[in-house]
Amino acid sequence: MKRIITVTVLNQSGVLNRVTGLLMKRQFNIESITVGHTEQPQISKMTFVVNVEDEQKLEQLLKQLQKQVDVLKVNDISEKSIVVRELALVKVVSPPAVRAEINSIVEPFRAATIDTGKNVVTFQVTGHPEKIDAFIDLLKPYGIKELTRTGVTAFVRETQKVQTTQLSILQ
Amino acid sequence: MMMKVTVEETVDMYEESETAEVPKQLNGADVFIKTLKQHQVEVVFGYPGGAVLPIYDALHKNPIRHILARHEQGAIHAAEGYARVSGKVGVVIATSGPGATNVVTGIADAMMDSIPLVVFTGQVATTVIGTDAFQEADIIGITQPITKHNYQVKDVADFPRIINEAFHIASTGRPGPVVVDIPKNMATSIFVTNEDNTNEVNLPGYQPTTTPNFLQIQKAAIAISKANQPLILAGAGVLFAKASDQLAEFAEKYQIPITNTLLGLGGIEGNHPLFLGMAGMHGTYTANMAIQTCDLLINVGARFDDRLTGNLAYFAPNAKVIHIDIDPAEIGKNVHTEIPIVADAKEALTALLEQNAPNGNTAAWLESLHVNQAQYPLFYEASAERGLLPQQVLELVHEYTNGDAVVTTDVGQHQMWTAQYYKFRSPHNWVTSGGLGTMGFGFPAAIGAQIAKPDAKVVSIVGDAGFQMTLQELSLLQEMRIPVKVIILNNQALGMVRQWQETFHEERYSQSLMPIQPDFVKLAEAYDIKGYKIETYEEAKVQLKEALASDEPVLIDCRVVQKESVFPMVAPGKGLHEMIGVKAE
Repeated sequence: MKRIITVTVLNQSGVLNRVTGLLMKRQFNIESITVGHTEQPQISKMTFVVNVEDEQKLEQLLKQLQKQVDVLKVNDISEKSIVVRELALVKVVSPPAVRAEINSIVEPFRAATIDTGKNVVTFQVTGHPEKIDAFIDLLKPYGIKELTRTGVTAFVRETQKVQTTQLSILQ
Repeated sequence: MMMKVTVEETVDMYEESETAEVPKQLNGADVFIKTLKQHQVEVVFGYPGGAVLPIYDALHKNPIRHILARHEQGAIHAAEGYARVSGKVGVVIATSGPGATNVVTGIADAMMDSIPLVVFTGQVATTVIGTDAFQEADIIGITQPITKHNYQVKDVADFPRIINEAFHIASTGRPGPVVVDIPKNMATSIFVTNEDNTNEVNLPGYQPTTTPNFLQIQKAAIAISKANQPLILAGAGVLFAKASDQLAEFAEKYQIPITNTLLGLGGIEGNHPLFLGMAGMHGTYTANMAIQTCDLLINVGARFDDRLTGNLAYFAPNAKVIHIDIDPAEIGKNVHTEIPIVADAKEALTALLEQNAPNGNTAAWLESLHVNQAQYPLFYEASAERGLLPQQVLELVHEYTNGDAVVTTDVGQHQMWTAQYYKFRSPHNWVTSGGLGTMGFGFPAAIGAQIAKPDAKVVSIVGDAGFQMTLQELSLLQEMRIPVKVIILNNQALGMVRQWQETFHEERYSQSLMPIQPDFVKLAEAYDIKGYKIETYEEAKVQLKEALASDEPVLIDCRVVQKESVFPMVAPGKGLHEMIGVKAE
């Protein structure tokens, strides 16, 4: 099952390495990971998407992360009301003849054109990863020259729809 | 960050210096030694080299007892033995590059067995880190997966804080090794203190839970009073928490039998009527059958290692599990737990004792276990024709030391026979490499144990192969006249490998036999140590007694039967109920 996990850490050199090394040692495969400062400069937040087999493995993952000295807080937010965003840059073949057509496809996604050449256009799109998947699928037939995605970043919304059960005895 | 040079103040810090020459300014190395002294470090185990020269120079000016091992692996295993026996943090200093990589095995060993160590490694100067400089190794990267935490000093002002944190992390919660990597220029830089540098440790991300949750304790007490066939599985967590008295009281009060893990031996007296012997791969039949038939398994400070559980699919099929552990990540890791209790073992047992729950009805259960004990004891077949057996040697060692010796081992047959036949009378008398299974561990660990307890009888039981991995430390026995008794169970083989090849590989002894061995007695003599060679049981009775009574270091080469195997045994992949080598009386 795919889980979205946020890890609040002290912003010290080597912390990312420590967390990813731990996941490697315990045989967890990370699908995506994003890291950045929070509102406090000495604290960073990681968001990663990871595939785990079952709840027992998930609990073990959360506990092992929690054990790290530089880790302040671990949260599995997959079941909660959350805001999830990813950014992608897509460079697509776009000769003048089809440019209007492409623009009409891109418009509903509220993607921004950030670079235009003679035959290629680069779009920036942000949103839920599924929206980005759909955006890429639609552009594929025109020929994608280059594509890069940031991986998701996320946090919980202020208002939660339902009370979710906590898996870990730590939380 | 605000910085302030406080040379005058830091000179005051040096008032304890035993030399007349008080330095005008302190450098990082001086502050390093000073901070170790503040932590009451009595002894460090180490080996000098280029990157730690400033530290050794500071050590010369302001001495702490230093044990100069002959190999860094010897130094760190000695520190492990010291830590295990004294209950204090073992301190190691190694130089950069090869010095640091030579302690890696010991760090991994300490991690697996939760031994509190602070390992200081030298590093090349920060100006050349990352350039593949002479004797550079990325020890932070190398040790990240095998340490509880690790640090590299990047600012000399951080020295006291990092050392304080390292000792705190190593010794609290679930103990473990912490590495502090010290670039050479950090040791030589003039110490400039942070204004906010205090001795208080502030680690918001590290807050071990030691007090048990009251509701969980109540649940456990109810489960105990409902159980008719409860069993306590006690691990090394009992020893670390110094909870042996509470363990015995708990077992006696609720009339619950006890089994130990390998590392938990000594947590309950070896002859206690409720003790069933060790459980696991080479555990007793009674202990393993008790696990398989109990209805409540109370795990106190053990981590359900695979050598203990056998095949998890068959493990304790009827049992509800209570797991007391200070490390929450151990609970539910291998075995599903109904009642998790995250706490220090002593606090948890004390809380359970205070519950005064009514006893379950365990009389019939205890009776059936006693029948098993009488019917399926540990056994071996001795005769004059077969020659000297390792089990006989261990029974004699037990007899002549009255179960009071500090005993250290490597890994393998000799280790399992020691666990089976030496009945420990008290905690902290048993030093063995459990989790990592490190050959070469036992002998240097004995040296560290003897330094921790100078008056104790320290016996190192080693195999002929493992001993040859770290025997250069005989120099330390010679140099310091440390009265360690080295008993080699010499079967001219990698005994456990040989046994597995016999059992699982149709006697194809691929690279496990060592028919040509050095003359260990002559070797001992080369180090000015008395050596004995024992070939028969009659010789053993006389010479072991004499050797063990000696106040000097002694090496005893016991030529034991090569084709003797450790039984009973749970083959890998099998359940605990599928033991082989069990014989009814």
